[in-house]
Amino acid sequence: MKKIYLDYAATTPIDPRVTKAMLPYFSEKFGNTMSLHSFGQEAKQALEESREVVANLMKAKLNEIIFTSSATESNNLALKGIAFANENKGRHIVISSIEHPCIIESAKWLEKQGFEITRLKVDKYGLVEPDDVRKAIRKETILVSIMHANNEIGTIEPIEEIGKICKEKGVYFHTDAAQSFGKILIDVNKMNIDLLTTSSHKMYGPKGAAALFIREGTKIEPLIHGGGHESGLRSSTVNVAAIVGFAEAARICQREMKIESERLTKLRNKLIKGVLQKIKGSHLNGPPASAMPKALRAGPPASAMPKALRAGPPASAMPKALRAGPPASAMPKALRAGHPKKRLPNNINFSFPGIEGESLVMQLDLLGIAASTGSACSSEKLEPSHVLLAIGLKPEQAHGSLRLSLGRWTKEKDVDYVLEVLPKVVKRLREISPFKR
Amino acid sequence: MPIYSKEIIKHFKNPKNVGKIKKPSGRGEAGNILCGDIMTLYLKIEKNEKGEKIIKDVKFETLGCVVAIANTSLLTTMVKGKKLEDALKIKKEDLIKRLGQPLPPFKIHCSLLAVDALKEAIYDYYLKNKLEIPEDLEKGHQRITKTKEELEKRYKGFQAFEKEILK
Repeated sequence: MKKIYLDYAATTPIDPRVTKAMLPYFSEKFGNTMSLHSFGQEAKQALEESREVVANLMKAKLNEIIFTSSATESNNLALKGIAFANENKGRHIVISSIEHPCIIESAKWLEKQGFEITRLKVDKYGLVEPDDVRKAIRKETILVSIMHANNEIGTIEPIEEIGKICKEKGVYFHTDAAQSFGKILIDVNKMNIDLLTTSSHKMYGPKGAAALFIREGTKIEPLIHGGGHESGLRSSTVNVAAIVGFAEAARICQREMKIESERLTKLRNKLIKGVLQKIKGSHLNGPPASAMPKALRAGPPASAMPKALRAGPPASAMPKALRAGPPASAMPKALRAGHPKKRLPNNINFSFPGIEGESLVMQLDLLGIAASTGSACSSEKLEPSHVLLAIGLKPEQAHGSLRLSLGRWTKEKDVDYVLEVLPKVVKRLREISPFKR
Repeated sequence: MPIYSKEIIKHFKNPKNVGKIKKPSGRGEAGNILCGDIMTLYLKIEKNEKGEKIIKDVKFETLGCVVAIANTSLLTTMVKGKKLEDALKIKKEDLIKRLGQPLPPFKIHCSLLAVDALKEAIYDYYLKNKLEIPEDLEKGHQRITKTKEELEKRYKGFQAFEKEILK
């Protein structure tokens, strides 16, 4: 049976070019970066070259990149490190309600240590309103942490605007870019970012490597103390092979980003359109894809519209779910302004009322399609995804959700196969369900 | 090791006795949308020549996870043709044993739900026919009702939370 991997947001395979770049650093160039001899120097050089590549991809300086073992570690370092280094200024931190669990749990732990946390609400597309950030910042606020792109529904947050507000107010701004780094452009200076989390295994690099960008001059405390690696901010013998792989992965992403994101956007839109047309009651969670809500289509003349919109299907050909878009006034500013790029190029998240997500994922797996769900039964909490609840889904809608994330090896025929199989699977599960539609 | 045993996957892929019974002798519901699993079980109960109550037919509908679907399917195959009193003796542990794999703690409640739906259907049958309800069945019914109410309360909490978010 052919197997189709559509869970690139969970992890990605290592690109063979990356594996090749890593190989010398296991048995041959194995030195400890802290050693003075040639073996150490060789490893140290590879480390610093890697740092430069990763720094380049976000327009940071060489000394502003700290390598860690995972995005979770980077996020822990960002939140706790800033909290402990700046508590004399204040003990208030602002996050969003749809952050990754490693931010949510770090914040919860800091709360127990006496810090105060504000969790910002998001709109129905998962967008944080920059003005809410402005209102939440107080004299005691030391950090704002809003993710760049959401891992479940692919929403790209207005971090440039948020960064500007934080800069005006003199508050550190951290963003978790684990899902976006290497997929969409990031410029830490233009976006006024003080700290940024990235991860290697989400961009075709190995697991066990990640980075935290820390702007020069930022006051931060390390969590791991020891031999003083990574400018004293992260002691631990450096995992050179993994970091070399991370850098090679970043190099490839930088080179291929534009073409790849256009290719994936096309595939993504085809899959979204197909599913909404074929499956009754299906709903796209998160920001709309290329086909925009009605209010926008009635907006500026075609010539003034971004190309992506002009190329959209005529209204009559559009699935009902899309035609019934929200009125312009209720729409987030960025969308009203006709911004077609508020969703990661590779993310899709559907809800299918009347079925449960885990059953759907297992049924698809039996047919060779690897997907994922934020559903309760996949976790021990028995409660639906906090992200889907935050964008206003009812628990029963959140339970019937499916995330498909595309990637470097996703082909059009894979999308066609999903479009052939998924409607059948949903229909079958609905037949078993007491809530037949 | 795969996440689920062959037996679970077998029932999940081809669930037995799916559907409804028109005018059932008893109908039972268990689960709550909050935890993601809801099931309805229908029974057709007839007396045999000895006058014993027999489950002649059983059907189910489940909105739920893999284990929930597999469990209800398995349970229906276990009770079909059985005497009512024997069906009442089935415990969640019997299901788990038959599924051939130790379930993670958070999945055990899925097995309990299937058994609950069966007991509720039998309870419904007793009630409809004004039969004397055994003490255990009555106790079980009260526990199930209480859990439902508690979940409902939490669900209301969720709705309030939702409203706040949408504000």
